[in-house]
Amino acid sequence: MYMKSVTLDGITKMFGNAKGVEDINVHINSGEFFTFLGPSGCGKTTTLRMIAGFYFPTEGEIYFDQEDVTALKANKRNIGMVFQNYALFPHMTVFENIAFGLQVRKLSKEVIKEKVQKAQSFVHLEGYESRKITELSGGQQQRVALARALVIEPDILLLDEPLSNLDAKLREETRVEIKRLQVELGITTIYVTHDQHEAMAMSDRIMVMSQGEIQQIGTPQEIYNKPLNHFVASFIGESNILEGEIKEITDEHIVVDTGDNTQFKGLKENCSPNLELEEGKNVLLSIRPEIIEEGEGPNSIQGQVQLSEFSGVSINYIVKVGNKEINVMIVNSGSDVLKRGDSIKLNIPESGIYFMDDRG
Amino acid sequence: MTKSEAISPNQSLWARISQSKYFVYVLISPLIFILIGYVIFPMYKTFTNSVMSQEGDLTLGNYISFFTTEATIESLTNSVFISVVSVVTCTIVGVTMAFLLNRYEFPGRRILSVLVLVPMALPPLIGAISFSFLYGESGIFPRLFQSIFSLEEVPFSLDGILGVIVVHTFTMYSYSYLSASAAIRGLDMSLEEAATNLGASRFRIWRKIILPMLTPAIVASSLLVFMISMASYTAPLMFGVERTMTMQITLSRTNGNLDMAATQSFVLSIVSIAFLLLMTWYQNRRNYQNQSKGIGVHRTEVRSSLIKYISLILSIIGVVILLLPILVIGLISFAVDGEWTTQIIPTSYTLQHYIDLFTDQDTWEPIWNSIKMSTVAVIGNIIFGVAAAYAMVRYNFKGKALMDILIMVPWALPGTVVAVNLIAAFSEESIFSFNQILVGTFWILPLAYFVRQLPLVFRNSQASLIQMDQSVEEAAHSLGANWWYSFRRVVLPIIMPGILAGTLLAFVQGLTEFVASILIYTPSAMPLSVGIWNKMYSFEFGTACAYGVLQSILIIIVLLVNEKLKGDSSSTAAF
Repeated sequence: MYMKSVTLDGITKMFGNAKGVEDINVHINSGEFFTFLGPSGCGKTTTLRMIAGFYFPTEGEIYFDQEDVTALKANKRNIGMVFQNYALFPHMTVFENIAFGLQVRKLSKEVIKEKVQKAQSFVHLEGYESRKITELSGGQQQRVALARALVIEPDILLLDEPLSNLDAKLREETRVEIKRLQVELGITTIYVTHDQHEAMAMSDRIMVMSQGEIQQIGTPQEIYNKPLNHFVASFIGESNILEGEIKEITDEHIVVDTGDNTQFKGLKENCSPNLELEEGKNVLLSIRPEIIEEGEGPNSIQGQVQLSEFSGVSINYIVKVGNKEINVMIVNSGSDVLKRGDSIKLNIPESGIYFMDDRG
Repeated sequence: MTKSEAISPNQSLWARISQSKYFVYVLISPLIFILIGYVIFPMYKTFTNSVMSQEGDLTLGNYISFFTTEATIESLTNSVFISVVSVVTCTIVGVTMAFLLNRYEFPGRRILSVLVLVPMALPPLIGAISFSFLYGESGIFPRLFQSIFSLEEVPFSLDGILGVIVVHTFTMYSYSYLSASAAIRGLDMSLEEAATNLGASRFRIWRKIILPMLTPAIVASSLLVFMISMASYTAPLMFGVERTMTMQITLSRTNGNLDMAATQSFVLSIVSIAFLLLMTWYQNRRNYQNQSKGIGVHRTEVRSSLIKYISLILSIIGVVILLLPILVIGLISFAVDGEWTTQIIPTSYTLQHYIDLFTDQDTWEPIWNSIKMSTVAVIGNIIFGVAAAYAMVRYNFKGKALMDILIMVPWALPGTVVAVNLIAAFSEESIFSFNQILVGTFWILPLAYFVRQLPLVFRNSQASLIQMDQSVEEAAHSLGANWWYSFRRVVLPIIMPGILAGTLLAFVQGLTEFVASILIYTPSAMPLSVGIWNKMYSFEFGTACAYGVLQSILIIIVLLVNEKLKGDSSSTAAF
């Protein structure tokens, strides 16, 4: 099945004098599962609503394939959208909800019936056609919303935080279900969420947004392992961000002094692309808690346990090193849990340090 | 769906118009026409009448004489006095009832909590009439006591300003009661528990927690009661209090002093609109309710058996007081006309009045007139009320705040004033009456009802639209529906209960409207309430009360249906 690509070209949206989003440039490939990720108020929903046609951009153009849809009305875009609160029609049955888009397209009764049935079985809601919306559970309502969006055979599927109203267990299930549907249909999908786990698990690529601007676009691995800036590093997963000054640059390594007579040596390849390497320059170091190991090794540091937390899978420590606090996650292998005040020896593998520009 | 249709670049003219940012002004222009033509223009005509001398010169003479004539000054002070006292009595009765019924469990609570709303089922005219039957000079109770104690004269009777205040209290306390009840149910019990936990005494909790939390509700309902009292006409008419503003306006008119009537109307309009602005301002301020969700109502059970007996007796008295007006109307509706003179209660009874209602042409006529006029008005209300509500909720435009207030103005204006304004505007040809003279025709009353009830339909539709999740409409659009299709298939069905509730209320208010009707009705199209008044005037109490019972039954049906509608809409809105 052929699906459309989406291109946002220099999109800016102002609400009066308040900035919604600024200068968004992104190309979403045909058939891709693409996620807008960011905290609330970052502009991800605003961007999605412009693609849906509920807002019109103040500046810039939106293309579906080569076609300029910037000013096209929402009902002419052939988009399937699942809303955060599902936005099901409360006065209609499950069948009527799913059939709505087909009735708008003036299909014959028989075709509608057949397509709705197919859509129902696709989301495992066989036999629910005459149920009222109010008689469905949250998860079932969610699936009706999905079926309603997919039954019109849209060119693009938009999902606005579709899992946020479900409880934790159902969220897992539905996440897998949505991904399955997307892979089976091969539909270009744009997914909005503030939940990094959802984004990482489902997406082909992620666009991280903050304060109306793009922070980084990349695959989940790129975003996690090579964050472009402080915001991405701390928003995606947990990270220890240390400030330091470049002491030495060799062919393969960078050495950074973070004060307190502590120096860290990392690989030169683990550098954010927008970082200019220059001795004496201030940089940020991002070190994931799970990278840090207990015991002797490279980049070894000595600290004191401030707080320890046993979670089963792992032991989490907050360790005081000099005047800094570092989060450490040790995989539980049956060894003793240290207590507050105990001293601890840690080391950081050279490949576990990531260097970023100290701006932003 | 064909792809070519979706990507067609040349849009239709309609599409270009409907996407323009000025499109909203096209949408609201009929509303602006209505507001200017039937609210502002009539008010302006009354104003010009008030500042124009007989010879057509500009003059402030009417206003000078207004503020120097003893009668008008006394009327103004009387109206204000009656209103202030009504506010106090309604608040005391309403808030007390609200507390007792929402917070305590005692014998008789259930029946009382149903009957407490009975006064709402009485049309104002019928309420006033029932009180004069019960407690007036030749009323049942004064006569009863006279005969028990063999007195020369009746020992007491409800009369004058006191009578007006008692009737006001009975017919208007429900506003205070409903408002206070809602606030009390919204009161988070844990606040009181927290205060107790912090060592506060019961008295301190009342003073520092409960009363401040209830203040917004009490102030809002007080403003409302004040406004309705100022506009009250039937109670002063019934108890012969000529020196109130509304009575003065009609007296000036019957005395042929039209300029003075216009002046008095305009002054009363200013007072009413000032109160409307005050209410709007007050309601827009933040109040501190509803910070926590899902509050369980907890009732204190009365334990001491002495208090139980006292509360039982008081409940019985309460039930009797609440039911008597409607019972007496029911009773007299069976009484043979002209047979009830000096007896305590009527002596002979008949079913004839009810048979006449639907079989006697002359008796049926006013009912049929009111149904026709009310229907016409309500159709207009639906079209313009729903359109106005949709425009106000969904769009932003310049002058929106002003329009919001203008729509509510007819609700704030006393019926007497609305009537005077319409007479001023439509006793000559104008573009707003399509070059017709409306006064003296069938159409003037439907117009009056339309204007007076527009706010009711507007407010109800607006409330359901605000409740409706906007993303539901967006979902319809993204599924390919154009504006009209989604309005018809999605928006309208969802807000239907709200529209219907407002419309039904507007319909029965049209059927029971008296104040404006009595001033501008056309004898060839006499409405029901004027029929009641005329029957009262010619001592045909039986027929008058049969009419009244009919009105009350209609109101009760509408209230019950609305209760059902409210239940349905809240269950769909909560999903």
